[in-house]
Amino acid sequence: MLNIKKTIENAAAIFTLEGRLDTSTAPELDQELKSSLNGVTALTLDMKDLVYISSAGLRVLLSAQKIMNKQGKMTVRNVNETVMEIFEVTGFSDILDIEGAD
Amino acid sequence: MEPKTHELTVCADVDQLHDVLAFVDDLLEEHDCPIKAQMQIDVALEELFVNIAQYAYPDSTGKAVIRVSISSEFAEITLIDSGIPYDPLKKPDPDVTLNAQDRPIGGLGIFMTKKLMDNVSYEYKDGRNILTIKKCFQLST
Repeated sequence: MLNIKKTIENAAAIFTLEGRLDTSTAPELDQELKSSLNGVTALTLDMKDLVYISSAGLRVLLSAQKIMNKQGKMTVRNVNETVMEIFEVTGFSDILDIEGAD
Repeated sequence: MEPKTHELTVCADVDQLHDVLAFVDDLLEEHDCPIKAQMQIDVALEELFVNIAQYAYPDSTGKAVIRVSISSEFAEITLIDSGIPYDPLKKPDPDVTLNAQDRPIGGLGIFMTKKLMDNVSYEYKDGRNILTIKKCFQLST
């Protein structure tokens, strides 16, 4: 289960993710992102209530990062410890701009 | 304590992923597996099961067996399929130092599995792919 809450104001988009970003839910986020990013220059992904991420989820993040590299900036915030460890193991902690990481 | 063995047989189909995870998670919770280890096991299991579902039986449908040997100290999970022989451990590791632009999308699953588990092994025997992951429940890591 993944809940996606999306707020877009002018050129700034905030996606709040709650639940699990896995093989079955990653395509939903991918679609939501791709259909919303046109003209967006600042994308924020809030992961406060994201409890799980698998490589299917990482693929979506990487593809969003590639889009935002061309048109602006992507920031990830409120990453919990277990998700953060996945980012570290895979080198995603270097690719992503992670705010509030401890 | 002697580990106990539990087994589940499902169709090798991505739709079965949540049943597979629920089967394993219930056992992990019964044995007080720390939440972090549980998530790591889920990540590894998802990668391996989805691999089987997507690639093991290209022209037909087949079965996957998930065998869990578990104690209060560790879980050892074996995935068995009768599909085309495939050793995922032979796949070269991705370069995790590349920046976003140069990174290929994908190829991380088996690498994460190797990193997150204490042991991963593969054998092909009697026409079956047998892949085993082991995770110890020590609280320190």
